[in-house]
Parts: sequence; C-alpha cells; structure tokens
Amino acid sequence: MNHPVAALRDAEVSNLRPFYKRFQAAELKQALRRMYLIRRFEEGAEDAYTRGLIHGTMHLSIGQEASAVGACMDLRKSDYITSTHRGHGHCIAKGAEPKLMFAEFFGKEEGYCRGRGGSMHIADVESGNLGANGIVAGGIPIAVGAALAIKKQQRDDVAVCFFGDGASNEGAFHEALNMAAIWTLPVIFVCENNKYGMSVSTERSMAVENVADRAASYRMPGAIVDGNRIEDVSEAVMEATTRARSGKGPTLIECKTYRIRGHSKSDRNRYRTKEEIEAWQAKDPIRHFETELVTRRILDESDVTTIRAEAEQEIADGIEFARNGTDPVATEVTRDVYTIDPMADPTT
Amino acid sequence: MNAPIRELSYAQAIQEALAQAMEADPRVFLMGEDIGVYGGAFQVTGDLVHRFGADRVMDTPIAELGAAGVAVGAALAGCRPVFEFQFSDFSALALEQIVNQAAKIRFMLGGKVSVPLVMRFPAGSGTGAAAQHSQSLEAWLAHVPGLKVVQPSTPYDAKGLLIAAIEDPDPVMIFEHKLLYKIKGEVPAEPYRVPIGKAAIRRAGTSISIVATSIMVHRSLEAAEILAREGIDAEVIDLRTLRPLDRPTIIESVKKTGRLACVYEGVRTLGIGAEISALVAESEAFDYLDAPILRLGGAEAPIPYNPVLEKAAVPQTEDIVARVRDLLTNRI
Amino acid sequence: MPIEVILPKVDMDMAAGTISRWLVKDGDRVRKGATIFEIETDKATMEVEAPGDGTIRQISAGEGTVVPVGVAVAFIFRDGEDADAIRLPAERPTPKHASTAPRGSTSIQIVEIPAAADSGKPRATPLARRLARARGIALATVEGSGPRGRIRAEDVQRYQSAPAEPAKVPPVSDLYDIVPIDNMRRTIAERLVLSKTTVPHFYLSAPCDMDKLLKLRQEINALASAEKISVNDFIIKALAMALQQVPAANATWTDAAILRHRTCDVSVAVAVEGGLFTPVLRAAETKSVGQISREIKDLSARAKTRKLLPSEFQGGTTTLSNLGMFGVDSFAAIINPPQATILAVGAATARPVVVGQEIKIATRMDCTLSCDHRVVDGALGATLLAAFRSFIEEPLRLLV
Repeated sequence: MNHPVAALRDAEVSNLRPFYKRFQAAELKQALRRMYLIRRFEEGAEDAYTRGLIHGTMHLSIGQEASAVGACMDLRKSDYITSTHRGHGHCIAKGAEPKLMFAEFFGKEEGYCRGRGGSMHIADVESGNLGANGIVAGGIPIAVGAALAIKKQQRDDVAVCFFGDGASNEGAFHEALNMAAIWTLPVIFVCENNKYGMSVSTERSMAVENVADRAASYRMPGAIVDGNRIEDVSEAVMEATTRARSGKGPTLIECKTYRIRGHSKSDRNRYRTKEEIEAWQAKDPIRHFETELVTRRILDESDVTTIRAEAEQEIADGIEFARNGTDPVATEVTRDVYTIDPMADPTT
Repeated sequence: MNAPIRELSYAQAIQEALAQAMEADPRVFLMGEDIGVYGGAFQVTGDLVHRFGADRVMDTPIAELGAAGVAVGAALAGCRPVFEFQFSDFSALALEQIVNQAAKIRFMLGGKVSVPLVMRFPAGSGTGAAAQHSQSLEAWLAHVPGLKVVQPSTPYDAKGLLIAAIEDPDPVMIFEHKLLYKIKGEVPAEPYRVPIGKAAIRRAGTSISIVATSIMVHRSLEAAEILAREGIDAEVIDLRTLRPLDRPTIIESVKKTGRLACVYEGVRTLGIGAEISALVAESEAFDYLDAPILRLGGAEAPIPYNPVLEKAAVPQTEDIVARVRDLLTNRI
Repeated sequence: MPIEVILPKVDMDMAAGTISRWLVKDGDRVRKGATIFEIETDKATMEVEAPGDGTIRQISAGEGTVVPVGVAVAFIFRDGEDADAIRLPAERPTPKHASTAPRGSTSIQIVEIPAAADSGKPRATPLARRLARARGIALATVEGSGPRGRIRAEDVQRYQSAPAEPAKVPPVSDLYDIVPIDNMRRTIAERLVLSKTTVPHFYLSAPCDMDKLLKLRQEINALASAEKISVNDFIIKALAMALQQVPAANATWTDAAILRHRTCDVSVAVAVEGGLFTPVLRAAETKSVGQISREIKDLSARAKTRKLLPSEFQGGTTTLSNLGMFGVDSFAAIINPPQATILAVGAATARPVVVGQEIKIATRMDCTLSCDHRVVDGALGATLLAAFRSFIEEPLRLLV
C-alpha cells in the first residue's frame, strides 16, 4: 500500500485530518525539504550579505516557512502567485531553483531577472510567480488582474496573493479586495501577519484586531490560521482554492506568524524584545512539521538527516554557481526596457 | 468611381479602433469608470457594451489605483486591456501601478515578460472643468523609461495610434484632448496603424519649425496661415509620439529653417518644450540655429475656472502668431 | 574548526565598519546570540552577536579600527579545539562594489562670483558664428542687426558681399601726385602697423669682425667652378645656425602657445620695385652656403618679377634684412609677426678698433637684432646675437 500511514488501522485513517489525507509521503517530504531549503537559503543569503558579497539589502522570511510552503503545496504550475519584498520563501515554495535565485542576488546574467531585479523583484514567471514587489501592496491588484485574466480565459486556475499585515492598510488592498469580490474572481489573499510593518506593530497601525476581520467588508470568507503550522495553512488554502476553482470567488486567509530576523538588513530590532523573538523561535515551523512527520512515521531520523544535508548542499552549490556567474556589461544598461524599441538610444 | 471620403469624429475614430481591436483579438477588453451603459464620460465607448458585452467593456468602481493594477495583472496573464481614465488628472492616484509596476516589470524581470497594456487619458483644458479636471500631464509619463506615450491630434491618428498601441507589447499611454473629441476628419474604414515614434509634418515651410502636440497642432496650423500672409513660411510638425521622440524629423527641420518654436499645452517649464529645445541644442541642428528657441506652453498656474483666465492659461492661436512674428521680425 | 567572527555588513552602502566597543575579551566564554561587539555607523550603534558557543580568541581588530566587511576579527573555539590551532586564513573578499556615496565630510560651499563686467564678446547666433568662422571673418568686425546687437547669419552674409567701404580718395592737387595703394603696399602697411603696435620690441646691437669671413669668401669665389657667393649668403647661414644653437629663439607667438620650430626658416628681405618681399629659405641650417646662394638668387629674381608663389614667401621663423649695399651702417628693423626676431645688418666697413692696447684697422659690420619680448627675453636675445656673431667671426664653423 502507498498510503503513508498504512500501518494504522482504518479507524485511525478516517480520523486523519484533510492535510494528511490529501498529500502522499513524497509530497510531504517535498514540503519539508522546501521548508529547509527556504531556511538554509535565507541563512546562506544572510551570510553572503554580511560578508559584503550581496549589494543592497534583503528581507528575510526566516520563521515564515510554513505559510509559504503551506499555501503553495496544492498549487499547479499554471496557478499564479504574487509576492512581497519578503519573497524568497514564496519563490522557492512555488518551485524556483535556489541557484538561479542566488545568481540574481549576485547580480549575474544567469539570475532569474538577469541581475536587473535583485532580491525585491525576484520572479520566476515560468513557475507562475509573477514577482516579488518592492512596493507594499503593489502585488495585490496585480494578483486580482491575473485572476481576472484566468476567468476571461475560462481556466480553472487561481491566483494566490501574498502580502503582509502592513499592506492591509494600503488603499490598493481595499480596492483590490473589493473588485475581487464584485467580479467573483479566483484569487486567494494570503496575509502573513507577522505583527509588524517595518517597526510599527499591528496594534498601533490597524483599526481592527485581525486582518481577516476585513474580509466581511468585502463580501468574502475570512479565515485565521496559525501560520507556523503548515497543515493549518495548507487546509485553509485548499478550501479557498476549491471555492475559487469552482467559480465561487475570493477568500482572505490570515496566517499568524512571525519573522525571526529584522525587517531588513538595516533593522536594529529596537521595536521588539528579545523575549518576544525567543518565544516565537520556540514555535519554529520546521521543527513542528518535522516532529509531526516523524511522529506519524512518515519520516525517520535518517530521512531527516538526508533532507537537511541535501538542502545544505543545494544551497552551497547554489552560492558557488552564483559566484561564478557572468557579470552584465555596462553598455547594456538599457536592454529590455522595451519589447519593441522603435527608436535607438535617445542619448546617441 | 472613388468612394466618398468618410469622416468620423475623433471620439468615433477611437470607438471604431476599440471595436475593431476587440473583434480581431479576443484578448482585448476595456476597463474604465462609466464606460458601459453610460457610454463613457466623453461618449467614446458609446454602445460598445451592447456589442461586446459587459465582460469585455467593464465598468470599474471608482478605484483608479486598484483598477490600474488589475489591468497590469491582466496584461501579465495574457490579456490586452485598454484602460480608460475618466480624466487624465485621476491618473495621479494610479501612478504607483503605472510608473512602479507597468513601466518597470519587464526590465526588473530581465526581459522575461511584457506588459501589453494601453491606457487612455482625456486631457486638456477649455471646458470650464477647472484645475483638477483640465491638466496636461503627458510630460510626467513621458519622463519614464518603459512607457510609450502618444498624443494623436486628428481622428485619423486617434484610430491608427490606438490600434498600434493595442498591438504593441509594451505599455502605451495615449493622451487625448477633450476639445478634440468632436472634431471631424477623414478616417478609413478598415483597421490601420500609425507608427509609434514617428512625427508628421503637417505643413512644410522654410522660416521656422513649429513643433506642436495635440490641439496645439491645430492652433499652429491656423497661426501658420495668418503668418503666411506676412511672408513668414512656417513648417508645422505634429510630434504624435512623446516617448520616444522622433529626433531625426525635428533635427532635419531645424537644420532647414534655423528657427524653432515648441507649442504644447502642458506647463511651459520643465516639460516637453525643454526636451525638444535641448535635443536640438545638442544635435547638429545647433550649428544652424539663427534665433533663440521659443517655447509656448501652459502658464505657471493651475487651470483657472473663469473662461477668460482659462484661455489665457494656455497658448492660443493669437499667441503663436504674435510670438513667431516677433521672432521673425527681430524683436526677440 | 573554529567559527569565524566576521565584521558584518549592517548597512546598505557599507564597505567597511568601525568596531566601537568590545564586550568580551580574548579567552572569554561566549554563548551563541550574545552580543560580543558593537559597530558604529552613521545612523546608530549596531550590536553583533556571537555566531556560536565557545571561547573567543585571536581578536585581531581592536576598538576604533576600521575593518572591511566580511573580514574575520576573531574566532570562537569550541570545547576541545586546540587553542593554538593554526590561524585560519581569513577569507578577505574585496568589497564587491565601491560605494558611490560622497566620501568624508561634505564641505560643499557656496562660491560667490562677482558680477561680471560686460565681456565685450560679440552676441551672435550659432549659425552666424559658424559662417563667420568658415569665412575667416572676425565677429568683432560685423555689425549685428538683431536685438542687443545680435549678429545673425544674414549680417555675416551682408558683410561678406559688401565691398569694404572705400576710404575717401584725396582730391587731385598741384601739390602732389596721387599714388594708388596696391595690395602689396596695403599688406605691408597693415602688417607693420600691427607689428609696431602690438609686438613689444626691444633691440640688441653688436659689431661683427668680418675679416675672416671676407677672406674665406674671396678664396671660395676664386675657385674656378664656383658661382659667386655673396656675403649675405654667409649671413643667412650664420643666422640659421645660430638659431639652431639657440632653439628657444627660433619661435613664433600664438595666443594659445609659443611654437618652437624644428627648422630655421629664414625669411630674406628682398627689395622689389614698389616694396619688398621676404622669400623664405626653409631649413637654412641644413643647406650649404652654395645651396643658399643658388636658392636666394632664384627667389630674388622671381620676387622682382612678382612670380613668387605664396608658399615661398609665407611662414619663416626669422627675417634677415641687409641694407649694407645701400651704405647703411646700422639700423633697427620691424619684426614680421608672428616671428620673434629680425636681424638688421649694415655695411661691412673698415674702422679703427682697439686690440689689446693698440688701435688696429678691422672690417666690421653692425648687426641689430630686434626681439619680441613676449617670446625672447634680453638674455636669450643676447645669447642668440652672440651665437650669430661667433659664426660670422669664425666662419669655418659654418662648414661643420
């Protein structure tokens, strides 16, 4: 038998929650692998950054792996996602290759955006990732637009829109949710509420207690889940995708989670306490999922060791690949501004 | 026997372009406020909703930022949206999606996607709509690499540029002047394209090159007729596209005439005229300049409500005549 | 392996950082996550945490030192690791991108520029300037018909086609004959007025003993095959060789720079009817006296019949004017600009001279060198004159 918990009696099987009914062992292992990949990726990027090898800044999603992987587990390649400035995790969750992401961060031609976008604009269009976005709430109307296109093309795909608690205060959020509802579009709004915009907490910036409380204003179901438990996230998203694919319109899902690192590399963490950070570290999403899988005997310890080692190797290989990449040529600074450029460079 | 010349109004020409584009390509659809049964604030979309349905002629809520972003997302996911701003002034709300998203997504993603989006902006003054409904903001967007910006001045160009814009894989911003919607001109019935990036010489001349946009093309032509009686032979160039500018046409003209006047409705300083003057001064046409460069543009003020002030705030035909005459008779 | 403690990049545009405070010292035990040192940046103090548990050693950067990003400043040795383990080569990645922010304190000031007096530069359109330049017309001489005197193309065109306003012709009179001024006369007039009014002339004189040179010439001319060499031919050669020896004087003045010519091209004043020409002997220092003699005869002959080509009388790096045959003892000549010197020589005459304590008779020739003080200072002129004199008085040196 292929079922992961074949050893259990039928009664126990029927008590399995939907997450464990839906996904095979291989898919669950893949999910854990992806979470490790994200975690190691973020750590590797952080290390390279602190060594001065990466230009600019970056926004790390360490601690938010469950919401990224959980939301994407049930998606197809033809489903879209839009992401945020904190988008490395979403990118990997949707199937991106870490080495091409590293190449992008190192500014190389081999990067997903040929070195032109960097961390905040990382995208993998072939896997349906329409891009991270440097503008808070920039991707929300775009996700709704992608959902509109899906509906016009009579596909049963969905668009998953990742955004944070801060974005839910932007005008674009409200306009976009309103339109998603009035046009009954197949879009799933996944808010990763990590309690802080940059330094200002949700208590100080949001008029309602939960982002999901806003769903009612836009005539769509709102759900609140523990963003650090992958099964909770995934089940909520599965319900939402089922709704969307059957033409019943949008859903707003709020994942309560936390970012272990500061907002960006310049963040001194003055606005929160070490105690708070440590309390959330105790709820590490990877440790939780790993424990679940081992307890349910879907994985054993050697599987875990293999998964960890493979993730570390893939990240190390990816950094090496990126280091040896091709630097863009200065004279190509205006390449790809247009698809069809009717005039030569106006400065000549 | 020749077919009778068919005239359409500028607004009708746009409608015809939209209809023909939607017939030819199922990916094309329209978005805007009140463009459905209301027919559009300037009656441009008219009865298109009855011909193509509410799914293809979509009324949006009053939410310019969000709706513009929806258009961007739809363009990324395989559609060809044509987005109408009710007044160009309202595009200020949507600048985030136009400038930070539509203009830059292709570049930021290393050329792996295109954003085939068209946006239409009813612009300009003269209807008493006052400061927040009368602006000419094309220079703002012409300043942004990644966008293409056009300004048709005739019904013929309105249709041809719109069809070209819809077929263009990049974001194209079309600025239409409200006072031009009712003017009539010859418009062929079949679909055709006016190339983006090419200016048109509307009147050949030898004394001075008048480079104009939109409604100022018409006023410049009127001025040229008056000036001709005084022996001043003006060449009038209709820019048609602001980004990218047709540099060779402008340069060749100034080389011939040795004089340049830029006429446009946008605020006079730090706008289109500055760019045209600079490109001439840095080109080989510099060696042929025999007089200072003139710029006639909008006043350094919001558009006033009072009709006398409203007229005084933008170049009129008489202004063009007077300034060009002063230049040619050596008073400037 | 010990864990590296690097100086991390903590700001977007950071290539190096300063450790402002160490919270631990060499040999202390540290826990992962504990703050071990602080970095001072423009914005604030940033705490840096220990990357692992262990004993911190080999702290290599003290407080106040500037360390490039990514460089190891200490190591954390875990329990059991050899405290004296080989120091690992700290990976020193060069900061990939130099910061483009301005360095150091920006002491950018406001410079007050006093209001400029009218520069007197002509106002002219670009087209007018180009036309004037192409036609060699000085804008200062064109009247502008535009506002504020702006010169337009048509003004330049008008200037070109209108004949120069004819000066008023003097009335016919019994008291004088009217001699029209031809091109040569007018050119001489314009150029020499320009010279006298703009070139700062000064004059150096010296007499030259001619006995040896006259004797040498006699011997040369006695040779059967020889064409007759004149004294002037020797003088031309002497002047050329003197300039070769004093190259700083072989120069011409331009507003932009002084040009030191690589050859000594001697313009020789030749009287013709109605005026004079100055055919040029190019690179005279390389030619023998005989060559010089032949060339000068040809040039003079053609000068007198006005058959010289412009290339034959334009240029030159100095001029020689010899009025000796007219009985002039000495004179001072006017420089032909842009040349810096002109040598005027008079007749070689026998005169009483002091030799030792006695009076003897020697043949001497008075030479006066006019110099353009912008190019040739007193000492330089004197050096040139002395060099010339020594070639004349020791004429065999002309052959070497």
